[in-house]
Amino acid sequence: MQTFDLGAESLRALNSSLHALKGQTNMTEWEVINPKGAHAIAAGVDAPVDITVRGSTGYYCAGMNKQATIRIKGSAGPGVAENMMSGTVIIDGDASQYAGATGRGGLLVIKGNASSRCGISMKGIDIVVHGNIGHMSCFMAQSGNVLVLGNAGEALGDSLYEARIFVRGSVKSLGADCIEKEMRDEHFLIVEDLLRRGEAEGKAKPEEFRRYGSARKLYTFNIDNASSY
Amino acid sequence: MCGIVGLFLKDPKLEPHLGAMLTDMLITMTDRGPDSAGIAIYGGAKDGLGKITVQSAQPERDFKDLDADLHAAIGQPVALLVKSTHAVIEVPLGQMDAARSALAHLRPEVKVMSAGDSIEIFKEVGLPKDVARRFEVAKMHGTHGIGHTRMATESAVTTMGAHPFSTGPDQCLVHNGSLSNHNGLRRELIRKGMTFETQNDTEVAAAYVSQKLKEGEDLGTALESGLDDLDGFFTFVVGTKNGFGVVRDPIACKPAVMAETDQYVAFGSEYRALVNLPGIEDARVWEPEPATVYFWER
Repeated sequence: MQTFDLGAESLRALNSSLHALKGQTNMTEWEVINPKGAHAIAAGVDAPVDITVRGSTGYYCAGMNKQATIRIKGSAGPGVAENMMSGTVIIDGDASQYAGATGRGGLLVIKGNASSRCGISMKGIDIVVHGNIGHMSCFMAQSGNVLVLGNAGEALGDSLYEARIFVRGSVKSLGADCIEKEMRDEHFLIVEDLLRRGEAEGKAKPEEFRRYGSARKLYTFNIDNASSY
Repeated sequence: MCGIVGLFLKDPKLEPHLGAMLTDMLITMTDRGPDSAGIAIYGGAKDGLGKITVQSAQPERDFKDLDADLHAAIGQPVALLVKSTHAVIEVPLGQMDAARSALAHLRPEVKVMSAGDSIEIFKEVGLPKDVARRFEVAKMHGTHGIGHTRMATESAVTTMGAHPFSTGPDQCLVHNGSLSNHNGLRRELIRKGMTFETQNDTEVAAAYVSQKLKEGEDLGTALESGLDDLDGFFTFVVGTKNGFGVVRDPIACKPAVMAETDQYVAFGSEYRALVNLPGIEDARVWEPEPATVYFWER
């Protein structure tokens, strides 16, 4: 276990150490202490390592993550896991605005609530939120899945492309071109898988969720290209 | 960007440390706005006395013998405490208006930063650490206070353009964001008798709240009205003699984090600003919801 104290060493030193990890490494377990809301903690990591941040983080924690599993034992500031490519980010507390924005892959788990614009413009990431999500979530979301065990705020999925949104509780309002859709067998399987991977097994059942998706009237959708979405 | 910090103390034991706590919080927010910084502190109210905080670009000239000159003008003893470019004038409460009009004649270039029973406002161009040191904010006691560090977006970087803005007795407001209908609102407020020192949008928001309070609304209702009448981006933190309020616009892109314990309610633009507060590990920490008014009164 490598322990890095942000109270004693600089953020730049931490991120340089993490960026130096390439391919196979023996230093697979990292712990960051005294984060005190600093920005960009463990942003840009590209190695199959486990990083635990003991406390709350500021802007852009775990941004652009590839391969790493990053756990935040606190709450996360704006833009957590922004543009994540792969790997897993798990937040024990709440996440501020635009969590998982533009994410291209991997899994983001928020055990508390996410605030506004969660999953905005996401492009393949999976997001599991145990609590509620705020207004304008999944705005222009292109692909990937969002699973919300609580409620969704105003204008959910506005100008949505092909991302799938599953909400267990209430939806305050749907955004332009976002509609409720039928839950088919394949969707129950997706929800079941997300509950399991999102550490939410036993908290909810797949049949409790409703599915929301694009009405495909706002953007130029061509059925011949469906396989490439 | 701009940085806002605020503290509303519930535990009187913390009151001697209010200035030091706010200073630490504000310095943490320096990189959200390096143009100017300011702080409003509520404390030290004395029975029968009021405080007027004034500012001058030439303090040696303007503050010299100001207490004696004011004493002669209003016929009552006046206490004067000079702190760099600012001075706090103590006068009997009944003589506040007389002192302000005498001041305008005696020292026409002096600007009034705040007036009331307990409010003092200190603000200048410069970094939070320099502004706080200049006015010895860390030594100040009080019940609640608000700090702001500014990154100017729509009006000049001047002392008067710095936050907090005070447009009514014991009232102040700070702002992160920008308003788009402030010119029209300013004209309406001028017709209702409000006066303005700057072209700044935030001063209009402050005057709007003051006007609503003058019309008899309480702080919570005044902020609710603001959600309908103010157009633009805002996270506001507002102080009154006994109260402390927070409101964000419905889009809520300007960040805000709050923390509450048995000892205090705290506000920060970012969580970083709150990390050194006592008991923060066990505080209830949350983001204020969009278009929702929060306020505390003692």
